[in-house]
Amino acid sequence: MKRSPANIALRWSGRILVSAILLFVLLPGIVVAVTAFNDRAILAFPPQAWSLRWFWRAFSYSDFGRGFWNGLTVTLWASSIALVIGAAFAIAIHRYNFVLKSLLEGILLSPLIIPHYTIGLGVLILASQAGTGRGFPLVILTHVLLVLPFVMRSTFISLENLDSRLELAASSLGATPGRILLTVTIPLLLPGLLSGWLFAAILSFNEFTATLFVSSQATQTLPVAMYNYVREFADPTLAALSVIYIAVTALLLSFANAFLGLGKILNVDAH
Amino acid sequence: MLMHTDRTAATAGSEAGRQGQPAVQLDGVTKRYGESIALHEAWLKIRPAEFMTLLGPSGCGKTTLLNLVAGFLEADGGEIFIEGTLVTETPAHQREIGIVFQNYALFPHMSVANNIAYGLKTRGIGRKEIARRVDEALALVRLDGFSDRKPRQLSGGQQQRVALARALVIKPKVLLLDEPFSALDKNLRGSMQVELKQIQRELGVTTIFVTHDQGEALSMSDRIAVMSAGRIRQIAAPGDVYCRPADRFVASFVGNVNVLTGRLVERRGEAATVSVGKMRLEVPAAPLAKLAVGDDVDVFIRPEHLAVTPGTAPGSLRGTVTTQVFQGDHIDLYIEIAGVARAPVLLRAPGIAALSSCPAGAEVGLIVGSDDVVAFPPEARES
Repeated sequence: MKRSPANIALRWSGRILVSAILLFVLLPGIVVAVTAFNDRAILAFPPQAWSLRWFWRAFSYSDFGRGFWNGLTVTLWASSIALVIGAAFAIAIHRYNFVLKSLLEGILLSPLIIPHYTIGLGVLILASQAGTGRGFPLVILTHVLLVLPFVMRSTFISLENLDSRLELAASSLGATPGRILLTVTIPLLLPGLLSGWLFAAILSFNEFTATLFVSSQATQTLPVAMYNYVREFADPTLAALSVIYIAVTALLLSFANAFLGLGKILNVDAH
Repeated sequence: MLMHTDRTAATAGSEAGRQGQPAVQLDGVTKRYGESIALHEAWLKIRPAEFMTLLGPSGCGKTTLLNLVAGFLEADGGEIFIEGTLVTETPAHQREIGIVFQNYALFPHMSVANNIAYGLKTRGIGRKEIARRVDEALALVRLDGFSDRKPRQLSGGQQQRVALARALVIKPKVLLLDEPFSALDKNLRGSMQVELKQIQRELGVTTIFVTHDQGEALSMSDRIAVMSAGRIRQIAAPGDVYCRPADRFVASFVGNVNVLTGRLVERRGEAATVSVGKMRLEVPAAPLAKLAVGDDVDVFIRPEHLAVTPGTAPGSLRGTVTTQVFQGDHIDLYIEIAGVARAPVLLRAPGIAALSSCPAGAEVGLIVGSDDVVAFPPEARES
């Protein structure tokens, strides 16, 4: 390629554009991370003096600790229940032809198009009509609805990649349908099921909008606790919490990558 | 047509009468997919220990038939019997059938030993007995020492042997083979065919083999069912399918064949005489039943049944060599015969003498050196 001035200008403007985009992607994270170390009790950038005290506050503020454990409880239950229901429906829809099959599929995937606040509000109205309190079952139920489509999609993809002849071979060898499911289908779907579960768990743990409607003081998750905090205080505790969150997530993901193979879990190269 | 050939073949084999009950029997089995008919009233009786091949192009219904016998599909009509028991409604896992798929379908998450043991475990056989029979099966397919490997660590040929061992270890009533050789390279294919045939004969297991490869079908089968467009066109021993094809589809699908235009000259009982140019040939009369003397017929002649004759022998055809192709052990000659054949006729001349005696452009005489010539009504006439 000739190094004409126009060419050079084009190349440099390309580099600048890419750098600008990358900077834009990272900027919020960087600003928040730097703010977390600000000594003063305001969310100001750049900081004048440095301190770690907001990290201490993030750990010691009891609502956050409770929110973390609440969120973890909701996440584990919701993504596990969604996994069982979603995988079962996905297998049924993939395998069998029945009346209103596409309608069923549409209903199960509909949380993708219904806004989260609509789902939260709807569940809340139903719960108050039924007279049930805003306990954990309600939050978990809401999260199951929200993450179901993702588990189903992930199972669908794995099912598409599953060679049906493996199941036929198993049945010719005398295995009953139940035995085929346990010894062939589920073991081979496992990477897809795990990736669906992981995806659901991440979504559920971060979910805020719907949870705000259906949770109470006793059941509020970490994002809701953070929201309530920022309404009262304007100090860098949330920034410190963000840094902790990013660090823990990065640690978990590199662990998953090293020991389980992230590509496999996230279905990047399924088969 | 099909019932006719089947009966002829059944009474011809003297052992068939004695053995009585067929291993597999299909009585008018039909399978439809919506409007299209995948299999139209298949009638088939397979004898115990027989190697039966279903041969036909893709979409002819051979795999549908196999899946119906396996119980993977439900028939829309007709009945299926295995060893005399009605199994039309029996689910696949109760049919006691072994199957080897084209891609082998080995369980990728299990070791070779666990793949083979799978069918034994479903039968609730004891641990020691399973170990003994798995070893036995591995020895049968000459894979001793491979029991701890995973399928992906094996070559194509080895995977196929595991699939075969897995299917045979349960002592199936019928072994089904769905194009098992098509994924193997050519050299391996030949040796696997010999090995499979040997194992099949040794164990005496009734086998249904699906293939589109006529060479495979001719070399391995006891009998062949030639299929096309959802129908069984002919059921007969390989030699009969090759030399006495039941219709023009079978004649052109199995082996190479030249189609020459001729005329029906005379018909008496089982045989008829047709003329091709000055040449007169004896053919079976049955396929020509609807024709009148003097009507046009298509005459089917195999390349190796034609011979070059020096000079102008009486009753020979005359043609011009257009191309000669040296094939090592024989020479392929393409000969143009005006007014009789639309395309150049292929002649298979043994040895290498024809290389110099029949150069391109040479005029040669042709004679037919075999009785195995058949004639059918021209294409438009056949229903």
